[in-house]
Amino acid sequence: MAKVIVVTSGKGGVGKTTSTAALGAALAQRGEKTVVVDFDVGLRNLDLVMGAERRVVYDLINVVQGDAKLPQALIRDKRLETLHLLPASQTRDKDNLTAEGVEAVIEELRKSFDWIICDSPAGIERGATLAMRHADVAVVVTNPEVSSVRDSDRIIGLLDAKTKKAENGERMDKHLLLTRYDPSRAERGDMLKVEDVLEILSIPLLGIIPESMDVLRASNLGAPVTLNDASCAPALAYRDAARRLAGEQVAMTIPGGRRGLMNKLFGRRAA
Amino acid sequence: MSLFSFLNRRNTAPMARERLQVLLAHERATVGHSDLVGLLREEILAVIAKHVQLDNDKVSVTMERGETVSTLEVDIEIPLTASVRAA
Repeated sequence: MAKVIVVTSGKGGVGKTTSTAALGAALAQRGEKTVVVDFDVGLRNLDLVMGAERRVVYDLINVVQGDAKLPQALIRDKRLETLHLLPASQTRDKDNLTAEGVEAVIEELRKSFDWIICDSPAGIERGATLAMRHADVAVVVTNPEVSSVRDSDRIIGLLDAKTKKAENGERMDKHLLLTRYDPSRAERGDMLKVEDVLEILSIPLLGIIPESMDVLRASNLGAPVTLNDASCAPALAYRDAARRLAGEQVAMTIPGGRRGLMNKLFGRRAA
Repeated sequence: MSLFSFLNRRNTAPMARERLQVLLAHERATVGHSDLVGLLREEILAVIAKHVQLDNDKVSVTMERGETVSTLEVDIEIPLTASVRAA
């Protein structure tokens, strides 16, 4: 049965798009049909992170307005045939995104995909509420930093109030994805620890993604980090998170927690 | 900066944690506009304005949202000439 996931955060720049691409690719690598949907109308970026920016012909708004059929707008990934992208519109106004239109698109996607991952725009406006509206599961992306945690708390409140599931009296399944985590800074007491964020937000942990150069490298190249270098620390962390989404029991590790002596000495300076 | 300042540099993460816990306790409570302290501030000022000409520059309102207790401090300068009672 198809599952709709919203990747959301409230705050911008915490890693929603990166996480959408990485989780989408990791799920698709399991052989499950996956589509990543960009809801950031006017400021689309998922196409760029996925490396499909030059292949966009039609977008979500075209489909919502009936100017294009859904199969015409879907872009199949060149590396993974189970992975697809539905891009957002770059030129249209986000007012063109209607609740009924979005519902129809999600319902149609449910028929042919196992996973539908909605990349929410930042903020709490229309685009963000529509992205979360039809979700079965929410992934709340948070950085270990005060403003991000506060905004995540706000988004959790919205997930429990403004979604279809919440309106039907059902419980929205929410998971925390802690990104840009630096174990050594947390150990030194200069960064909120995993336990701190978990205690404050009190939703279950989906994964811990370490701060890493590999994430920027992958986006420079236009590849989800899980596809670009499958053995780097953030890729392993995203893969584990994807397995947990799929219902597997995977022990939680803090990637990059064990660092070599040289790394420790020089890591300080870089931090 | 003192040469030994690194010795008494305190960890900042516990501060972040504490600030967030207090802030979110308040924000969660005020969803649905039940911000009691804010409401009190508005109403207290409205009552005073009924009797005295208020000069907005002479009114200072401070709020402190604490972990268990919040305080609202309203400091209003009332000039003698302005304290004319409503007839």
